Amino acid sequence: MFESLSLLSLQQYWWIIISLLGSLLVFLFFVQGGQTLIYRLGKTEIERKMIVNSLGRKWEFTFTTLVTFGGAFFASFPLFYSTSFGGAYWVWMIILFAFIIQAIAYEYRTKPNNFLGQKTYEVFLFINGAVGTILIGVAVSTFFTGSEFSVDKLNLTNIFGTGSTTISAWQGPAHGLEAALNIQNLSLGLAVFFLARVLGILYLDNDIDDKNINQRVRRQLIINGIPFVVFFLLFTGLLLTKEGFAVVPQTGVDPLFWTVQMEPYKYLNNFLAMPVVLILFLVGVLAVLWGVAGTIIGKCTKGIWVAGSGAVFTVFALFLVAGFNNTAFYPSTYDLNSSLTIMNSSSSHFTLTAMSYVSLMVPFVLAYIVIAWRAINNKKITTTEFDKEFHSY
Amino acid sequence: MENFDLTLVDWSRGQFALTAMFHWIFVPLTLGLAFIIAIMETIYVRTGDEKWKTITKFWAKLFGINFAIGIATGIILEFEFGTNWSNYSWFVGDIFGAPLAIEGIMAFFLESTFIAVMFFGWNKVSKRFHLLSTWLVAIGANLSALWILVANAWMQNPVGMAFNPDTARNEMVDFWAILFSPTAINKFLHTMASGYVLAAVFVVGISAWFLLKKRNTVFAKQSIVVASVFGIVSSVFLIFTGDESAREMAKVQPMKFAAMEALAEGRTNVPLIAIGFLEQQPTTTPDGELQHGDFAFKIEIPNMLSYMTFLDPNAYIPGIKDLVNGYHNPRTGQDVPSYSEKIRRGKEAITTLKMYKEALRAGDTEKKEEYGALFDDPEWVESTFRYFGFGYYNDDNLAGLVPNVPLSFYSFHLMVILSGHFLALFVVMLIFVLRNRLEKMRWLLYVAIWTIPLVYIASQAGWILAEMGRQPWVIQDLMPTLAAVSQLDASTVQVTFWLFAVTFTTLFIAEIKIMITQIKKGMTGGQ
Repeated sequence: MFESLSLLSLQQYWWIIISLLGSLLVFLFFVQGGQTLIYRLGKTEIERKMIVNSLGRKWEFTFTTLVTFGGAFFASFPLFYSTSFGGAYWVWMIILFAFIIQAIAYEYRTKPNNFLGQKTYEVFLFINGAVGTILIGVAVSTFFTGSEFSVDKLNLTNIFGTGSTTISAWQGPAHGLEAALNIQNLSLGLAVFFLARVLGILYLDNDIDDKNINQRVRRQLIINGIPFVVFFLLFTGLLLTKEGFAVVPQTGVDPLFWTVQMEPYKYLNNFLAMPVVLILFLVGVLAVLWGVAGTIIGKCTKGIWVAGSGAVFTVFALFLVAGFNNTAFYPSTYDLNSSLTIMNSSSSHFTLTAMSYVSLMVPFVLAYIVIAWRAINNKKITTTEFDKEFHSY
Repeated sequence: MENFDLTLVDWSRGQFALTAMFHWIFVPLTLGLAFIIAIMETIYVRTGDEKWKTITKFWAKLFGINFAIGIATGIILEFEFGTNWSNYSWFVGDIFGAPLAIEGIMAFFLESTFIAVMFFGWNKVSKRFHLLSTWLVAIGANLSALWILVANAWMQNPVGMAFNPDTARNEMVDFWAILFSPTAINKFLHTMASGYVLAAVFVVGISAWFLLKKRNTVFAKQSIVVASVFGIVSSVFLIFTGDESAREMAKVQPMKFAAMEALAEGRTNVPLIAIGFLEQQPTTTPDGELQHGDFAFKIEIPNMLSYMTFLDPNAYIPGIKDLVNGYHNPRTGQDVPSYSEKIRRGKEAITTLKMYKEALRAGDTEKKEEYGALFDDPEWVESTFRYFGFGYYNDDNLAGLVPNVPLSFYSFHLMVILSGHFLALFVVMLIFVLRNRLEKMRWLLYVAIWTIPLVYIASQAGWILAEMGRQPWVIQDLMPTLAAVSQLDASTVQVTFWLFAVTFTTLFIAEIKIMITQIKKGMTGGQ
């Protein structure tokens, strides 16, 4: 089935999967967002316990999606893995660090004799929620703004000279942290952070049945919704007006060696060239706003599903704009022709085919996640939740 | 060699070893305990006896504490392939990335979805759905181990791929050859079994503590019965798969094999060294001769190594010196080239790639096709390209291509001796618990408790042998560790090394304290 597809089709198929995983990850950041609001939404110990336990039953989904996002990127576009992870070392290391401390925080938070104390584990959850989302937003924004690196596979053969044998060399001054100084990167980072908080509020509103917590939702949605809209509009405005990194198709030349050049309004052009993506993007943005506004104005607690779907659509569209329509998805501002495209950074036809068969399992995975999710969420969390429960955080 | 920052290589290796060893403290317990809990819960569901539910919940609580920190250390490992081994990630990412992605899609979601049901579903789903969830967590955990071990086995014995000079990397050509390579199968089965044995020792040891304290004695004895039976079956399997692994290693990684047996010079009728004390690591003399260390003391069994390896007491096994200097193998009739010759061929392979790339850039189609044809020529690939990794070395320090012999030797022997001890412990514990005399055997209960640290040492020793024993290769013969690193400053990696060391140690202390507190609460205690 997949064998007969062209290499380009497989590359596109895998870019779609990466985009899907990325967008699901942003939706699942409701866990991270919620973690930064434990003390905002919960004023008493039992309220905070409800919040932590509500999020704690879902944190592994976000974590696993992040790990799978990394694994899938490695399998399908290994040159990105080696160039970005090995180059923007500090950004990724700090992100990873933020996730290490999350993994134990839930389980150890209220356990007796837990060495660091409950408060420390709550700080870990906050750091994960804030640093993780902002830096992942910043890192993804470099898909549009570029980074300083060079890629030369010939380096591998540097055995007689004194030159490095490393294929990918980072040229940025701070191994990736310099990206946080760019206004567009920072605005996406903050937009993701506030979006995560908004989604977190909506999720908790949906999962917890408690008068006090539910009352605080509206105020917090306004406080976090406004900066989200501001930063998101700033990012989108800059994106649509900036020049972008265009791949120049050359007939008779292997797409591995196609060159890259700057093109004015590249990302706006991409939206216009792919109207489906544009519609997806607009529907997504409206859905996020609708989910938030509906919860603020009405008494509906289903906002998470509307705004969450919207977040998935929007992020999915952004990823497609970054990689499709002959665009370099991981551009180098140091050397344009070192930029990574889905054509020059992917795995081989064989590997992409094999992995495509594996991807057929995804619907089954989604199906059992839905079954297990519903089994756990069929009753809302209340203050009496923990009376007879075997396990709680 | 001057173009390699060896300090960077060392710190990068140190960081990876640190993460992997911390990760491996928690993973084997997860692998085995998940099944032990699933068995206990099955007994509960079949008998309806509430005692088994209490036992299941007690071990599940310890499982959860251990599981969390296993995840924390695991995420780093996955990303470190990119952050610290960027050349590696490109050179073999086409093969290596796939198992990591499959691990995520197939296994991690299974684990993380059903672990929520396992912990929060007792009052929310039916008994049978809960039991199914527990089994699925166990299967998910073991499946994730399958894929990462397949990936590791491929690094030890690279199969099912071909080099593509256009992309300058190895590309997968046979998925099944990678999945079902004998190295992968042995590695998976042996590592699984080691996890099961570790978990069984953990359950037996902690239950022994309850018996010593005269608390929850019925629960403890029931746990010992389940864990001892599980441990005996796993131990037999562990020894069997270990034996198979060693035989396979003798074929595909003869240097690692020679190092773990500390076999300096090849011969026929090789004795097996049961216990020995090695004097030093092999070195290179100023005139380029390899000088090996000798034993200060050893006890050996005549002909045994030849017999165990090739089922023939007269079989020839090459030693470290033969592998470095080249030798004629009387068993296969093959002449195996020396390391100097392999280095020469490796340099030829690398230079051919360079010429190909330069021809491509210059648009010289004729030259490009001439060099490109070599990569399609199976004879050239077999005689020259297979030594690609040797090309990164010069032949002035051949001892640098020999793994750490004392470390390989000791970790191997420690692992083997301890595995015998574990099997004996399970058998003795089972006999006495069934005769209901275990509580009187206080010394045995103490032995069971003190075996817990020993099983962790044995488990770590296994990985030290597997990873240190294959040095200097990150991919056997194809890519040396020093050519695999990312371009970073050594000081950068030093900072992250210490950051991880402090974090992991802190979390480990927290884990131990929480675990001990939960154990002390006993099997009837709640949260």
